[in-house]
Amino acid sequence: MTVKTATGSAAALPKAGAGSAGKRFWAWLNKRLPVDEFLASQVTEYYAPKNFNFWYYFGSLALVVLVLQLVTGIFLTMFYKPGEATAFDSVQFIMREVDWGWLIRYLHSSGASFFFIVVYLHMFRAFLYGSYKPPRELLWLLGMLVYLALMAEAFMGYVLPWGNMSYWGAQVIVNVFGTIPGIGPELVLWIRGDYGIADATLNRFFSLHVAAIPLALLLLVALHLVALHQVGSNNPDGIEIKEKLGADGHPLDGIPFHPYYTVKDFVGIGVFLVLFAIVVFFVPTFGGLFLEAPNFEPANPISTPADITPVWYFTPYYAMLRAVPDQRLGALLLLLAIVAFLFLPWLDRSPVKSMRYRGWMSRSALAIFVVSFIGLGYLGMQPALGIYVIIARILAALYFLFFLLMPFYTSLETVKAVPERVVYHAN
Amino acid sequence: MRTEAVLAAVLLAVAACAPQRLPAAEEGAARFGADWESWRADTNVADLASVQRGARNFVSYCLGCHSLKYERWSRLGADLKIPGTLLEQDLMPPAARAADYILTAMPAADAEAWFGKTPPDLSLMARARGKNYLYQFLTTFYVDPGSQTGANNLRLPATAMPDVLSELEGLKTAVFRSEAHPGAPTEQVLDHFEPLAPGRMSLAEYDGFVRDTVNFLDYVSEPTQLERRQLGVWVVLFLLVFSWLALLVKREYWKDVH
Repeated sequence: MTVKTATGSAAALPKAGAGSAGKRFWAWLNKRLPVDEFLASQVTEYYAPKNFNFWYYFGSLALVVLVLQLVTGIFLTMFYKPGEATAFDSVQFIMREVDWGWLIRYLHSSGASFFFIVVYLHMFRAFLYGSYKPPRELLWLLGMLVYLALMAEAFMGYVLPWGNMSYWGAQVIVNVFGTIPGIGPELVLWIRGDYGIADATLNRFFSLHVAAIPLALLLLVALHLVALHQVGSNNPDGIEIKEKLGADGHPLDGIPFHPYYTVKDFVGIGVFLVLFAIVVFFVPTFGGLFLEAPNFEPANPISTPADITPVWYFTPYYAMLRAVPDQRLGALLLLLAIVAFLFLPWLDRSPVKSMRYRGWMSRSALAIFVVSFIGLGYLGMQPALGIYVIIARILAALYFLFFLLMPFYTSLETVKAVPERVVYHAN
Repeated sequence: MRTEAVLAAVLLAVAACAPQRLPAAEEGAARFGADWESWRADTNVADLASVQRGARNFVSYCLGCHSLKYERWSRLGADLKIPGTLLEQDLMPPAARAADYILTAMPAADAEAWFGKTPPDLSLMARARGKNYLYQFLTTFYVDPGSQTGANNLRLPATAMPDVLSELEGLKTAVFRSEAHPGAPTEQVLDHFEPLAPGRMSLAEYDGFVRDTVNFLDYVSEPTQLERRQLGVWVVLFLLVFSWLALLVKREYWKDVH
């Protein structure tokens, strides 16, 4: 069949029978939507360094957990009822009477903790191999925004079950904003929508938790991925693979993300899900770390839990907040502790990226930083008494010295020569 | 490469040693100097006969004041494998229907007038306080003429709850000794309990009675927990097989990466 165009020449149309119906549909689709082009640029023709190791699983795992949280969250929202009088009961209804409700809820509550485990390991990877250094500064900043959005999402989600720890945790954290000079008290009133943590607070946290912040998270994650694919992945050697291209124009040390890393990431996902399932099915409260015991009692404004502690992923910052006698300075320290991450690309003056080729100073500094972060996390769960406060002060000082002294130790130390090509051992 | 592996191992080890947080300790624990850690319920929610006995105990001795407002009679019957006729004859109050939640007949306003506070709902108590706490609470009532109910409790000092189980356990007094601490006020520490009057049960029988009741409350706090663990075994096994297959696929693909 031919069609006469305006000029009278025959326009070529796909011949009937040329390829299956599926192929013709695919061609039809691609003419209107760049599916093939997108897949090629993002997966099949996206070249990633071939020497990724253990630490490179956590990016894809974070994506898996994000999807898990979105899907389980959608199902929970079908039965959860925000509101002072209904929230706690509706969670118990989900746990007891909704078909598979207990499983969806445990997947979501454990998923929150696993999200932070994965994200902290993902961030540690960046510290280890200098993944925040040029040209990946923006990638790092976008990642940090994801982290901030995640903290807001987790905090508000924790308030929703309306247990007693939800209530008092919200009380403490919202009051941190009250220390801002001048606008503090008004700001706290504005956030809560009431003179205390109340029905209005719970409902707006629900709205933000299920709509506003997930949208922001998705956008930021998409930008994070676009920025990653623009600059290309770093690797354990910190070598820019784009600088050594082969005859075909592809990086010599790169391999297409698909199929190589899709099949590899499935191994990581499998192992991750084994650990995740062990928690979900056998220790969903994780000894009170993932679901705190006082949260099995409904919110009670006249009964404070013996120790108010946030969930484990906030405790390093909480320990710093409490380490300072002055509440306002404590809040400032908490803010600085988080903001400090944003300056990392410009604080690090090392000529090499990867810790493999750095000197003893950078290595020790990172080790001390990890110890201080985990130590503060532990102290944040303990009562703020005596020796604990003193240790928290020392660890907080070490935490900040890691950032403050970074321009010096990274430029003073002698570094090893970085090889031309990545180190890869085929297995 | 080796350094990274060591780091990974260290992080995993740290995660494994994560501090276990226990339900909030009450202020009385230190004062009485009892070693609560060794005072364990040691119950097993898979022991169906024990949970069934606990349900009977609850209906006979607790339901007068305490509700299980998240549990329906029908659910209790199904989970505990109690036939409908037995459930209706022996456990459910005459007016209750199987689909009803397990609620006490005592009006909340009266309860508050009589005890100073409404007796708490016990649906989630085993998760909020821990089953050991419940066991400790129910075994440490003692006669205290100074208190309003004539009884006090070691685990929850000045509790508003009367010693309702004394007809079974019997009455006992607590004998304290003074313990001096340098630089701190002298503490009253429990020395031993002194039996005053026997109850209808021997001490061993009463201990079993309390454990069964605690076991039942453990079940009620999370009725799906047995199903959760049973299903978990299969899920983990499936995921292990999946991971192994994924590894084989990965190795096959990566053969040509040099």
